[in-house]
Amino acid sequence: MFGVKTKQISNAKYNNKEAFLFLLPWLIGVAAFTIWPMIQSLGLSFTDYSIYGNTKFIGLDNYKEMFFDDRMFKTSLVTTFLYVLMFVPVKTVAALLVAKLLNKKIKGMAIYRTIYYIPSIIGAGVAMAVTWKIVLSRDGFVNQLLSHIGLGPFDFLTSPDMALGTLAMMGAWQFGSAMVVFLAALKQVPKDLYEAADIDGANKVRQFFSVTLPMISSTILFNLIMGIINAFQVFTQVSVITNGGPADSTYVYMLHLYRTAFESHRMGYSSALAWILTLIILGVTLLIFGSSKRWVYYEN
Amino acid sequence: MNEKGKKIVNHLILIAGSFIMLFPMVWLISSAFKPGTEIFGSDFKLISENFTLQNFIDGWFINPTHSFGYFLKNTFILVGVVIVGTVISSALTAFAFARLHFKGKGILFIFMLATMMLPAQVTLIPKYIMFSNIGWIDSYLPFIVPAFCAVNGFHIFLMVQFIRGIPKDLDEAAYIDGCSTFGIFLKIIMPLCKPVLFSIAIFTFIWTWDDYINQLIYISSVDKFTVSLFLRSLIDSTSSVAWGPLLANTLISLLPSIILFFIAQPYFVEGIATSGLKG
Repeated sequence: MFGVKTKQISNAKYNNKEAFLFLLPWLIGVAAFTIWPMIQSLGLSFTDYSIYGNTKFIGLDNYKEMFFDDRMFKTSLVTTFLYVLMFVPVKTVAALLVAKLLNKKIKGMAIYRTIYYIPSIIGAGVAMAVTWKIVLSRDGFVNQLLSHIGLGPFDFLTSPDMALGTLAMMGAWQFGSAMVVFLAALKQVPKDLYEAADIDGANKVRQFFSVTLPMISSTILFNLIMGIINAFQVFTQVSVITNGGPADSTYVYMLHLYRTAFESHRMGYSSALAWILTLIILGVTLLIFGSSKRWVYYEN
Repeated sequence: MNEKGKKIVNHLILIAGSFIMLFPMVWLISSAFKPGTEIFGSDFKLISENFTLQNFIDGWFINPTHSFGYFLKNTFILVGVVIVGTVISSALTAFAFARLHFKGKGILFIFMLATMMLPAQVTLIPKYIMFSNIGWIDSYLPFIVPAFCAVNGFHIFLMVQFIRGIPKDLDEAAYIDGCSTFGIFLKIIMPLCKPVLFSIAIFTFIWTWDDYINQLIYISSVDKFTVSLFLRSLIDSTSSVAWGPLLANTLISLLPSIILFFIAQPYFVEGIATSGLKG
């Protein structure tokens, strides 16, 4: 870091015009596809805009409707929180444990890493959703396997008690990219910390909780936040596999937003829904950031 | 337990986990080559005695107007153009942030990071209204035009990190030799950025290939259907689902991502590990 500033670098003078040309596509993109739509979305949320007919300004009516009249809003909110509560911890813990196992000098490490990462490559699309839907059906492969050990059959996707949990586990199954991030973090933990702990007589379990976890806590924070942001927006698998059913047990927020906007064509109301979701995600993220001062360890 | 015992336990856990990771794919591959009547049969065999390719033939021609190949071609065109746009626009933006000096750089950079955290839904509906007002619905323009505008901050960030690691002496030498800024970008920095450009291309491929909600919103006519929408249409049909052809098509639709992954595995792992990433 030192010395860089003292050296006169070729383009270390301000050249706004040149930089502007390089940044032009991005600036257009940010203006047209981020800032302007955000402003418009906020404005729309105070109207009854639909694709047909005239638009009226209706003040806070959309928000009032959401909180006092829209039963499905509450259903979708509760469903989504339950999904997040099941998905995020399972995904994070699975990613960390497998990363921990792979971080040892172990034969076939690259092969294992590949196997555990593959679901992250292919798992998010329609194709795997279709596959899961069949594999987990009442006479599907998983129930066949379980019947051999005298269990089941389970209605993984067709019982209101199980469907949401099943979808959450299906999402957590794609823990591969979180795992790779954990692996990179684990490699950064200085070896001498473990040696010191060994000398102090700490066993492996103790070392994991007293050395490993604090040293990678900023990575845990990162993975938690990314996991939560993604979980609140779950859509593809729910839409393809259960479409909100059975008995609305998997009716997540994005499904409500999608149906309000593109089936009921209530664009104004769904813009309000979008803003509330954004505020919720922001709130939860800030809450976790706030709490992180107590549990995330930063060197220096 | 001694060291060897521990290692064996480790392997056993990892192998058991591998089974959970892989069994849906193994089942899919196995079942795609079985006659429809055996797919839900009570005793599972990895390779059926009635091994058949019929599902692939039926699946290819299951749509009355277009073959599966047509939808694959659609998707490859869409994904290809989106990749070109994303790579070019992200590279220009990242170079500016990593190497050029301009007013408001700090604020713009923070703003760029903030757009990475912004949930996509806030802009979903106004973007739909905007694209519908300019008549872009049922075309690929809502995917292509934003791609050329570097809308994904993740790619920019990934590349800024990478360019910052390239020694500045190289730029300086080229500058002294009379190279323009654009020349430095094109002839010095870009050739060194091949790995990260490749990472960006791969991630863009996977994300666009797997994208569902945007394709669902913007594309309505069967002529323009992507693989995701085509697969969805196969289980949506009100008549009974043809399981065998559906599975054959599902398997084919996963192949491009899997092949890409095996060819380019180091770039994946690097990309994720250096930037940290959503999955």
